[in-house]
Amino acid sequence: MSLLNVKELNSYYGDSHILFDLDFHVEKNEVIALIGRNGAGKSTTLNSLIGLVKPRSGSIILDGKEYLGQAPHVIARAGMQLVHEDRRIFGSLNVEDNIILAGLSEPKRWPLEKIYEIFPRLKERRLSSGTDLSGGEQQMLAIARALVRDPKLILLDEPFEGLAPVIVQDLVRVCRQLADEGRTIILVEQNIPATLNLASRAYIVNNGHIVHEDSTASIKANPSVLQRYLGV
Amino acid sequence: MISWSNFISQCINGVVLGALLALISSGLTIIYGTLGVLNLAHGALFMLGGYAGWYTYEHTQSYFLSIVLGALFVLLVGIIIERVLIRFFYSRTDEEQILVTFGLGIVIVEIIRLVFGSLSESIPIPHWAQGITSLGFMFYPTYRLVVVGIVALALFSLWLILYRTNLGMIVRAGIEDSEMVDMLGINVYRVFMVVFGVGAMAAGFAGVVNVPVTPITPDVGEDILVETFVVIVIGGVGSFPGAILGGLIAGEILSITSMFNPAYSQVMLFVVMTIVLFTRPYGLLGSKGRS
Repeated sequence: MSLLNVKELNSYYGDSHILFDLDFHVEKNEVIALIGRNGAGKSTTLNSLIGLVKPRSGSIILDGKEYLGQAPHVIARAGMQLVHEDRRIFGSLNVEDNIILAGLSEPKRWPLEKIYEIFPRLKERRLSSGTDLSGGEQQMLAIARALVRDPKLILLDEPFEGLAPVIVQDLVRVCRQLADEGRTIILVEQNIPATLNLASRAYIVNNGHIVHEDSTASIKANPSVLQRYLGV
Repeated sequence: MISWSNFISQCINGVVLGALLALISSGLTIIYGTLGVLNLAHGALFMLGGYAGWYTYEHTQSYFLSIVLGALFVLLVGIIIERVLIRFFYSRTDEEQILVTFGLGIVIVEIIRLVFGSLSESIPIPHWAQGITSLGFMFYPTYRLVVVGIVALALFSLWLILYRTNLGMIVRAGIEDSEMVDMLGINVYRVFMVVFGVGAMAAGFAGVVNVPVTPITPDVGEDILVETFVVIVIGGVGSFPGAILGGLIAGEILSITSMFNPAYSQVMLFVVMTIVLFTRPYGLLGSKGRS
C-alpha cells in the first residue's frame, strides 16, 4: 500500500477550477517531484494535501486513512508537513523557539541537537530572531521546523527559489541526505536539474492536470517530454 | 491658574487611567492580533466585569472575592461567546465581524440594564486602602495607587503568560501567522478560544478594579471602547507592549487636557492618534503584521 494515495482530486480558488481529477501516489521512502510551469497547479496540489486549500472532491489517503477536508493541524498530526514556498518563519520568535513551537504537539519530536547536527548554522543563530535570518537560513529553519516533527511525508515547495547557488548546493546536499535516510518527500521545484537528481519519479503537471508520469532516470534519458510541457 | 501640585496630581491620575486603559487595550489587541476579529463588545465586557464584581461584593462583602470572581466570570463569558458566536465569523468579512461584535455589545449592555437598572452602583474602597497617602511633596488617594499596583501586577502576569509559556509562544506566533501555527499541528481554534477568554478577562478585571473609583452604569463601557481603540492604534495594533505604552500616553493626554478643559480631552486623543498615524502608520511599537 502506498504511503499517500491521491484520487480524483479537484480544487478550486473561488469559482476557478484549478486542479482536475489529480491521481498520484507516493510510496514510503520515495522522493517524487511535481514538475510544471508557473501556475500549473503544483503549489495548489501541495496546499490541498495539507488542508490549506479545501478540495471540492476526491480522496487523500495517508497511511490508510482519509484526510480530505480535514484541518491542517489534523493532517499535520497525521504526519504530513508542508515547507511553504514563502517559508513563513515567525519573526517574533527566535530560531530555537520556531523549532520548539513546531515540535510542541508532536510526542515523537526530535531533540534540538538532532536538528542542529543537520543544520549547524541554525545552532549558531539559535537566539537570532526569525526575521534577522538570510534567505538560506530561513529555508533551513523552515525545513527544520518540518523535520522536528519526524513527519512521514514532507512536502517541499520551491525550497531553492531565490537563493544563491552556493546555498542551493548546501540545501540540495541536505535534501539528498534526507532522501538517503529514507524520508518520503514530494518536491516542487523550478530547478529541473536539481529536481531530477533528487527525485526518483516525477509527475508533470500542466494546467491542473497530470499529463505525464515517469522515473526521473528515463526523463533524463529522454528530455523531450520536458521540452513539450515546459519548453526547456 | 493651575498650580504645580494640581498638575502633578493630574499626571498621577493620568497614570491610573493609563494603567487601566493599558490593561483593557492589551486584551483587545491580543484578541485582534490573534483572531483577526475587532471586538466591539470589549467595552461591554469591561462593564460586565464591573457588574460581576459589584454583584459579588453585594453578596460577600469581600473586595478580594469580587475581583477574583468578577474576572473569572468574564473569562467564562468570553469563552462562551467565542464558542457560540465569534468562531462562526472567522472566515467572514471584517464588516460582518464588526457588526456581530457591535450587536453583541448592545445585547450585553441591555441585559445588564434590564436586570440591574440604569442607576449607578459602586463598591466601597476596602478599609486597608482608604484615605490618602503622602508622596512626600503631596497627598494622593491611597486606593488609586493600589489600582496602579494591581493593574501592574495583572499586566505582569499577562506578560509572563505571553513571553514565558508555551501558550504565549503559540499566541505570539499566531498573531503573526495563525495558519502556519495550524500547519504545525496546533489546533489554532482552541487557542483562539483561550485568547478570547483571556482578552475578555483583562477587560473584566479592569472593570472590577475601577468600580470603587468610578461608579458603574450599563453605559460605562462606551467611552472606554473608543479610548481603547485609540490606544491600540497609537501603540500598534496587535502589539502587547504597544498597548501598555499607548495606554499610558492616552491616560496622560486625557488627564492633562481635562485639567484645562474636559470637553477637549477626547479631541486631543484623536489629534495625537492622527499625528501618530501620519508619522508611524503602524503605531509606535507596531509592525506591519498580518495581511
